[in-house]
Amino acid sequence: MARITFKNVRHAYPSPKGQAPVYALKEINQIWEDGGAYALLGPSGCGKTTLLNIISGLLTPSEGEILFDGEEVTQLPTSERQIAQVFQFPVVYDTMTVFDNLAFPLRNRGAEESLVNQRVEQIADMLDLTDSLKQRASGLTADGKQKISLGRGLVRSDVNAILFDEPLTVIDPHLKWQLRSKLKELHQQVGMTMIYVTHDQVEALTFADQVVVMYDGTVVQVGTPVELFNQPHHTFVGYFIGSPGMNVLPCTIENGQPIFGNNPLKTSYPVTKALTGTTEVGIRPEFVHFSQSGIPVSIEKVEDLGRYKVVTLNHEAEVIKMVMKEGEDLPSSSPMISFDPDYTRVYCDEWLVKEEGVNE
Amino acid sequence: MNKTQNNKAWWLVVPVLILVAFNAFIPLMTVVNYAFQETFGDNVFFWEGTTWFEQVLRSGRFHDALIRQFLFTGMILAIEVPLGVGVALTMPRKGPWVSVCLVLMALPLLIPWNVVGAMWNIFALPDIGLLGYTLNSIGIDYNFTRQPFAAWMTTVVMDVWHWTSLIVLLCYAGLSSIPDDYYQAAHIDGASRWAIFRYIQLPKMKRVLTIAILLRFMDSFMIYTEPFVLTGGGPGNTTTFLSIDLVKIALGQFDLGPAAAMSLIYFLMVLLTCWAFYTIMMRNEEQ
Repeated sequence: MARITFKNVRHAYPSPKGQAPVYALKEINQIWEDGGAYALLGPSGCGKTTLLNIISGLLTPSEGEILFDGEEVTQLPTSERQIAQVFQFPVVYDTMTVFDNLAFPLRNRGAEESLVNQRVEQIADMLDLTDSLKQRASGLTADGKQKISLGRGLVRSDVNAILFDEPLTVIDPHLKWQLRSKLKELHQQVGMTMIYVTHDQVEALTFADQVVVMYDGTVVQVGTPVELFNQPHHTFVGYFIGSPGMNVLPCTIENGQPIFGNNPLKTSYPVTKALTGTTEVGIRPEFVHFSQSGIPVSIEKVEDLGRYKVVTLNHEAEVIKMVMKEGEDLPSSSPMISFDPDYTRVYCDEWLVKEEGVNE
Repeated sequence: MNKTQNNKAWWLVVPVLILVAFNAFIPLMTVVNYAFQETFGDNVFFWEGTTWFEQVLRSGRFHDALIRQFLFTGMILAIEVPLGVGVALTMPRKGPWVSVCLVLMALPLLIPWNVVGAMWNIFALPDIGLLGYTLNSIGIDYNFTRQPFAAWMTTVVMDVWHWTSLIVLLCYAGLSSIPDDYYQAAHIDGASRWAIFRYIQLPKMKRVLTIAILLRFMDSFMIYTEPFVLTGGGPGNTTTFLSIDLVKIALGQFDLGPAAAMSLIYFLMVLLTCWAFYTIMMRNEEQ
């Protein structure tokens, strides 16, 4: 178990000769606490898996250092890092029994057979694999195999962290939910640092205490699910988390107040910084409401999703989505909307304009 | 509801039946015909029952050829299989060298059997061949036309040269189907190089390796052209394998009855061995 520190980590995959390197990871500086459940969330190709492989040592970063509990491990090979990793597709050793599969990482490290028995039984019990211990691993279903992959990660008590690389991709939806809660439960039982890579926001938000949102090779925000929802630091976070994502609308700033179209908007704190760059205002569909006065809009489309309705609105060619609770009615004529000032955010060049003098 | 009865489609099978009849069934039945009868020409046949079979099975000459055959097949399998697996493991998995290696490996397979025999014959000639001359000039007395041991070694090395590539290519195909995840997982589990081979690579290669061994067994068990061109079965009878002996009996001595009986025994042996081998391998698979 360990605290994981990234110091100026950058990585570029080899590029054709004569061309400037393209960084898959641009400058990561992070400290991940011991025993935390972290989720790396981001779209495909944002560098999540690269970062994961750097932690496990399958990749050596082009620049920077990675430390476990303050000790540098950047050049250490995978087998010496005491890391467990579960991959997207289940990896089982077909010719072995389930027991031997689970015992493999221990036996490779020369553990005594009595210890092996004890650990394997304990892990099998946690994962409900006790009944199939004597079975050949190749005969199991996909989720059974993924449980074995998981078990091989958990079986060693000395691992620094367990990494999951989209482990539930090949699992049936109803089993996904079960395995996910199993993972959460295991995290509470064993208290190991767990890092979970996914592009599915539901998976990330249910699994993790801290969600690390990545976009285009950088970490754009680290926070609890609530923070990510209420206070997105980057328009990408607003857009990527939540369904539908945050509305991002062009605006101008006058006297510390954002102006959308011709409509001045209220925010919880004034914009005091002088901004150079594209300014935008972000508001989640949950905080857009119909009101007596405000921004005149036309209603384009209403989608009824059962528990709530998603209404697509239009104001001078700008599309605004809003969420309406079931039972509320659409206004009959000339609808107008207002934004909840507490959740109206101003962004400059895609980054949140923070309140002056307030640190995170 | 009435089903339309139309059996005209059966006529479409006729070409296949004719083809199979001419290239398999009729030739085989001709051999069966000769195996149970005696003929003195003019299409006159006399029933002989199992006489020819008994004669062949009791003949010392057949036993010797059979032992030589098993020895040869055993030797080349013992060399080619580990060597082929070894070479496949060391071949690059990515990059520009992959195609270079693949072409180099495929090259011996493209050469016709008799050309391989002729090549090695000239290559190994003690007076003018590169191999033969070199061996003799560094003090090794080597003459494959006179020494049984030299003839054997040359035949075995020739077969290894010609056919190891087949095993390499098949194993390489098996190896390239293993996803990177497996290797990465093995590294994380702290597996040794041997453990990776034993628990990941070998199981994944098992199917193709089964086919490779089967092919090499059948081919080497029926080997004819290469040793015929290289040594002609000599010196003496030391490299006379089953097929060479068969041709000698059938065409050299024109003993059609014993030759036909021997053909059938030979055929059944190959068939039986392949069936047994395949069944055992597949039963392991199911467990």
